[in-house]
Amino acid sequence: MSAEVMRARTYRYTMWLIVLGVIVTVSVVRIVTGAERMTAPGTLRAALIGASPILLAGIGGLWAERAGIVNIGLEGQMLLGTWGAAFFAYHYGPYMGLVGAAFMGLLGGLLHAVATVTFGVDHIISGVAVNIIGLGAVGYLAKTFFDDLEGGGPRNLSGYDTLPNITVPGVSDGALKLAEQEWFVISDVAGAVAALTTRISLLTVLTAALVALTAYVLWRTAFGLRLRSCGENPQAAETLGVNVYRYKYVAVLISGAFAGLGGAYLTMVASSSFSVGQTGGRGYIGLAAMIFGNWRPSGVLAGSLMFGYTDGITLLPNSGPLVHALLLLIAVLLVVFAVIKVRKGERTTGIVLALIAVATLAWYLSTDEVNGSFTGMTPYVITLFVIAVFAQNLRMPAADGKSYRRGEAG
Amino acid sequence: MKRSSIVGAIVPPLVAVLGAMAATSLVIAVSGGSAVDFVATIFSVPNERVLITIINQSAMLSLSAFAAAICFRMGLFNIGVEGQYTVGACAGAFFAGSGLVPGPLNILVTLVVAMLAGAGYALIAALLKVGRGVSEVISAIMLNYIALTMAGYLVARYGETSGYTYVTAEIPPSSQPLGFNLFPNAPGDVWALSTLAVIVGVGYWFLMSRTRFGFDLRATGESTSAALASGVSVGRMVLIVMALSGAVAGLVWMPAFFGSVHSFGPPENFQAGLGFTGLAVALLGRNRTIGIFVGAVLFAFLAGQSNALQQEGIAKEVVDITQGIVVLAVVVAYAVVGRRRAQAEQERVARQLDAEREGVSA
Repeated sequence: MSAEVMRARTYRYTMWLIVLGVIVTVSVVRIVTGAERMTAPGTLRAALIGASPILLAGIGGLWAERAGIVNIGLEGQMLLGTWGAAFFAYHYGPYMGLVGAAFMGLLGGLLHAVATVTFGVDHIISGVAVNIIGLGAVGYLAKTFFDDLEGGGPRNLSGYDTLPNITVPGVSDGALKLAEQEWFVISDVAGAVAALTTRISLLTVLTAALVALTAYVLWRTAFGLRLRSCGENPQAAETLGVNVYRYKYVAVLISGAFAGLGGAYLTMVASSSFSVGQTGGRGYIGLAAMIFGNWRPSGVLAGSLMFGYTDGITLLPNSGPLVHALLLLIAVLLVVFAVIKVRKGERTTGIVLALIAVATLAWYLSTDEVNGSFTGMTPYVITLFVIAVFAQNLRMPAADGKSYRRGEAG
Repeated sequence: MKRSSIVGAIVPPLVAVLGAMAATSLVIAVSGGSAVDFVATIFSVPNERVLITIINQSAMLSLSAFAAAICFRMGLFNIGVEGQYTVGACAGAFFAGSGLVPGPLNILVTLVVAMLAGAGYALIAALLKVGRGVSEVISAIMLNYIALTMAGYLVARYGETSGYTYVTAEIPPSSQPLGFNLFPNAPGDVWALSTLAVIVGVGYWFLMSRTRFGFDLRATGESTSAALASGVSVGRMVLIVMALSGAVAGLVWMPAFFGSVHSFGPPENFQAGLGFTGLAVALLGRNRTIGIFVGAVLFAFLAGQSNALQQEGIAKEVVDITQGIVVLAVVVAYAVVGRRRAQAEQERVARQLDAEREGVSA
């Protein structure tokens, strides 16, 4: 067996160990704090609904950045998607709503692609402009097209059909019963299974499929290899005959369409009505999930689930004690990270982490509840924290965000 | 300034504005509205009330744009102006409302507090960049959201209730400056602190073009390696420039705060979004003092005229599209002009070399 294969196996083995470790830790914290709702099916269902739009935006960002285009315009493309979903779902049914959302997002992506690829404009500037245009366009389009509709207003629309839910018979009931038992680990896993098999939206399933498809296309096909080469070293790709402009265009268009679908998720699954500015910064959180996930699909998934959890539980009634219990979980994880850092020889970082862990623990012990405002900013604080601590471990595509002109290969 | 460079500075933004108007007209026409009404309304003469709004808004926009421009000149992208002015506004409002300092002096000290708060908040992103190599764009996006949430929390926790929302305590009447009453018959004044824009503008011009520090700053923006070679400590520059930018950002909302609102409490008693629009204005004005003022007036003019669009049956949000396209179009126009100029230069040099070679062989 080659060393390469051995290393890949060890890596996979370690990943499973980490997942198992997290589940056990969560279970222990749940029992210690008595916050039984931490892994209840209802909570995890809310988390799943919170995570999916972020995941769609994050995977969208992944497509663009793997081809070397930073897409801050995700937020604007997602906004366009919310309008597209509402408009097309209202007039032509929910499935056309999905198509409409993807199309509107794609238009936003096209704008970004023209500016960054054809004209070589700074990616951040173009992205900021796309966000301004997206917000303005959605406000304008809503007032122009929804004001006179039944169930519509100048800034909102309801009364359209949404997507069907799927329940897996047999599995769902069993898992729900197991989850109620409050057993160590078993009930936590059952809670997750129940959340995944009970009244799960068709779009959630589609999201999962799209993530898997993305991972396959980008890492297992020649097309994906060429696309990623445009993000790593476009000049080299050009010398090998890859049409870099075309790949970048395709990537950014797909990126916009994914973000648009994320918008559709918000108008058709997370709620059953549209309002202007519905994304509430989720495009940016998607970007954060992508960076947190180190520009990899599995990482984006993990990041989205984490952010989706904090996003989802804020919507649950009386979430204060639950958020409070999470403080203990964060403190435990911080201690683990601190130990890892110290063992790697980064003593200062380790000590800082340990100090933050102690502060979090003190916060946990001295209070009974956490103000709802703080849960809202959790994704941002965690991202900032992760980037600050693990900046050296993150590796973005080598030519990400850099301007590329055809025929200027040095 | 050479004639060609004046043309090069004026033509791209002009083309961008016209192009954006055309694109917006197209959007309106496609969605069933009247493009003629749109253009006619936007270019109509604003009434006195709207004129006062335009002056006040352009003051705040230019402050925000100067904050962004300070960083742009050094090649830093301070997308965090939005968060920094939120923090500045929150800190300033709490301080001014407390009435710790009496009378007009309160205004001055509050401005200092707001600047310090903005600078302190900007330093978080700067420290992360210098110390840990974190991109200032990414950290600023996170910090923007944290700022708004924190401000909301603080106002809800330590503020007062006002109807259904929370606000900070109102400024004592003795600390409320009088505005300039331009039109006796029109409601509203030009706020006293709108003059801050002029002061900051002059300061910006002086700093950039008349001081050693400004030279170092621009040099670092042009070439980091050249700046390093000439003894500039780039890390230290990043910290100072971000703090300076944050300090200016802290002032952004102060004209409205002292001029009319008198208390802070998002979403009603606060104007969000000035930071992002300010970035757009800085880009439009190419980070030059005059350019920023012109860009700020243009954006404030568009926003001010947008209310009249409602009477024509056109949603006023349409000017947001115009503003966004202006930004996109202007950077595209500069990119095209820049490339064209570089090409012309290359051709000129090539021709000269050819001529010299022929001269030698003959």
